[in-house]
Amino acid sequence: MYMFKYVLKRIGLMIMTFAIIMVMCFVLIKMLPIVVPAQVGMDARIQYMQLEARGYICNLVMDEKTNQVISFDYVPVMKQFWTYLVRIFKDGDFGIGVTLAQYRNQPVWDIFLEKLPPTILINVYSTIIGVPIGLGLGIFAALKKNKWQDQIINVVVILLISLPSMVLGLVIQYVFCFQLKWFPLTMQSGYNYFSWEMFRSMLPAVFSLCLGSIAGYTRFTRAELSEVLTGEYMLLARTKGLTRGQATIRHALRNSMVPIFPSILSEFIAVLSGSLIIEAMFSIPGVGGLYLDSIVYQDYDFFMLLSGFYTLVGLAAGIVVDISYGFIDPRIRMGAK
Amino acid sequence: MEQIYPEISKDKLEFAEKQDVSHDKSLKTKPRSALRDAFSRFCKNKGSIAGAIIIIILVLFAIIAPFCTQYTVAYQDSYFTTTLPKSHLFENTSFWDGCEAKESGRTSFLYYYAMGQETGHNAVKNQEFTYNEETTLYSYRLDSYQKNGMIYKNFSAEEYEALQTYQTESGKQVIYPMVPVKSRPQAQQDTNDANYYFQTTGTSKTSIVLDEDGNVIPVYASSTTKGELDNGYHSLRIEGEDGFVNEDGERVWYAYARRTSSGVECRINYYEYYIYYHTQILQDGITEPYFPFGTTGSGQDILTCLASGARFSFIFAIAVAVVNLVVGAIYGAIEGYYGGKTDLVMERISDILSAVPTMIIITLLKLHMGGSSQILVLFIAFFLTGWIGMASSTRMQFYRYKNQEYVLAARTLGAKDRRVIWKHIFPNAIGTLITGCALIIPSMIYSETSLSYLGIINLSSGNITSVGTLIAAGQSALATAPFITMFPSVFLILLMLSFNLFGNGLRDAFNPTLRGTEG
Repeated sequence: MYMFKYVLKRIGLMIMTFAIIMVMCFVLIKMLPIVVPAQVGMDARIQYMQLEARGYICNLVMDEKTNQVISFDYVPVMKQFWTYLVRIFKDGDFGIGVTLAQYRNQPVWDIFLEKLPPTILINVYSTIIGVPIGLGLGIFAALKKNKWQDQIINVVVILLISLPSMVLGLVIQYVFCFQLKWFPLTMQSGYNYFSWEMFRSMLPAVFSLCLGSIAGYTRFTRAELSEVLTGEYMLLARTKGLTRGQATIRHALRNSMVPIFPSILSEFIAVLSGSLIIEAMFSIPGVGGLYLDSIVYQDYDFFMLLSGFYTLVGLAAGIVVDISYGFIDPRIRMGAK
Repeated sequence: MEQIYPEISKDKLEFAEKQDVSHDKSLKTKPRSALRDAFSRFCKNKGSIAGAIIIIILVLFAIIAPFCTQYTVAYQDSYFTTTLPKSHLFENTSFWDGCEAKESGRTSFLYYYAMGQETGHNAVKNQEFTYNEETTLYSYRLDSYQKNGMIYKNFSAEEYEALQTYQTESGKQVIYPMVPVKSRPQAQQDTNDANYYFQTTGTSKTSIVLDEDGNVIPVYASSTTKGELDNGYHSLRIEGEDGFVNEDGERVWYAYARRTSSGVECRINYYEYYIYYHTQILQDGITEPYFPFGTTGSGQDILTCLASGARFSFIFAIAVAVVNLVVGAIYGAIEGYYGGKTDLVMERISDILSAVPTMIIITLLKLHMGGSSQILVLFIAFFLTGWIGMASSTRMQFYRYKNQEYVLAARTLGAKDRRVIWKHIFPNAIGTLITGCALIIPSMIYSETSLSYLGIINLSSGNITSVGTLIAAGQSALATAPFITMFPSVFLILLMLSFNLFGNGLRDAFNPTLRGTEG
């Protein structure tokens, strides 16, 4: 029962944190001057009237003759927030693109959904490749602890962990895309995500992402498993006649998975957020690129939605780790007094 | 006392029991402080020693290198762009000599080969080449410092005179005879290319005409009366200064300049002109084009940019780390020591702050502080997110130690809260905090690099640049000039690697119980 309570409490806290961050974000954005990108051949009036219709400004005064906007007033920020919330919950309307030219007047939410698949796919591929290899190498290194195999793996892991993803991406791009020409330079455009060509064009990005996580898993698994292997129940398992392999698989591996599994789970959630750098480097048409564009062009509706998305993903990944500990390992009783 | 027994004099008094002295020997060995202990443990770890040495080298590089180069970050040159790295030590080898191995057809080979023939500034290294009969390709090493060759440049009359004087004084030739407009190639991209000083044919005059010996035939502007074509401007040309005798037995002089509306147009060797321009006109300490790490696509010296970027990164990271350390330690100490409601409220605040993605903080700060410098924006953003880690590790240490007996004893003896916090508990947290600092510096440099790589923060202004900006600038030229990204990348890798090794060593040294749990 207390487990259930604990989960509820954590989720409640998470929602509260999320709400506070979003309110702060909204208020800070709305305190900025409104950007009205009226280019040649565009009518600034329409954009102002749109802003009025969306409840951001009021008392729009226009000069009928010259079609110029003379003055307008800002609606109080909290009132704006209310209309924003009402629109989200009633119509699922997160706003429209304003300054990002290619998405102007398109619903932000639709664009977001359109951009999500590449990001998710790349990260799912990277997790699928990274987790087994990382765990395998970690187990191997722990079993061969302090032998030459372990030393080599250790050196490689330290190298990979220290290698910034930016540099790793560049090296992969240079070696595999420029020199060996195995892969195309950037990801293919189009929406046919499951064709072979598309998969091939994603691979450089996938590799750049998964090498880092392989190193992380290897280090983590090695540390956990080698600690578990020194436990006294392992000696008992060997004494009662289990072979080394049996003892390792049945006893040590299971116990070492207690801290590893939650981190894999949280990675599965964090795959949504992806890596801004890798997406920018391999020009992947994903959420990261959209986020960067919204920052550069100051498209506030996009920025609000994506900021909320990233914050939520981060919070959820954290909470999953904490909660899954309690479910996996009966020894840990979360929130018990 | 003295009044009760006044009659007993002091020398009659003696200690009650002579045997009752402490038999414990005083400590003969020197006491080892915790710091010394940690240091000796640190020294046993080979990896972290290597890390520390690399860090020292990198810091020295960042401090010393900007003083050793002749360039500044603001320096740019529109001709020496993507110039290859060159070192005087390796000049005669085919490595690090500022040349690239090239294989090309006859036309472009002769184009470069003729440069060396005219001026002695060999664009083809040592004028050495091999010709492949089968593929009809020439392979040679193209000197990226010389391949610009000649350019046409406009001067005012005074500038032209000054350049003439320089030529006469130094004995170096900068100005070369003009090529008549009608003899130049016709194609749009070639008409203003001053390297076509030889006879060309074809519809757009791009194929090169050779004489019987296989040499190009120069087509210089010349005149039979000295000073007519070049309007009295004379120049030092080592050979032919006094003109030469043509087939008809007439004395002919070269024309070194062409009158334009604002002055004269000359054909100059860019390498020599660069030396003249920097030593005589700008006098900025640049003696010759020499880029040990090459130049970027916009003509900046990579060595200078990298060193100043590194210096900026180090100073910035250390400054942020110190501020984070102070704030985090105070915050964490209060949280951990008082616990209860104070802890709950403060922990919620830092929870919320830590859940905000850095990107949001930076973007909002940047939008709100549009006018102020980006360095300040970055500083505040890193401060807002950075101190939380410090605070939570301090808090953890406080929770660990605050209920121990020695703290209780101190409090029983009447120590105030402040004394207990700073004198008794805080020293126990120092090890963790120092480790935290060592690990936070590379992560800060890394985030600063990635932010400037992504173009969210632009630190390049005036004499400041960032490693990330360098990498981003080099990525577009990755196929043709990989060295632009290579040097900053190698720097970044070494930095992260050494700090990781160093930080791990520190953690093991300060906290031997943690050894092995995190790799």
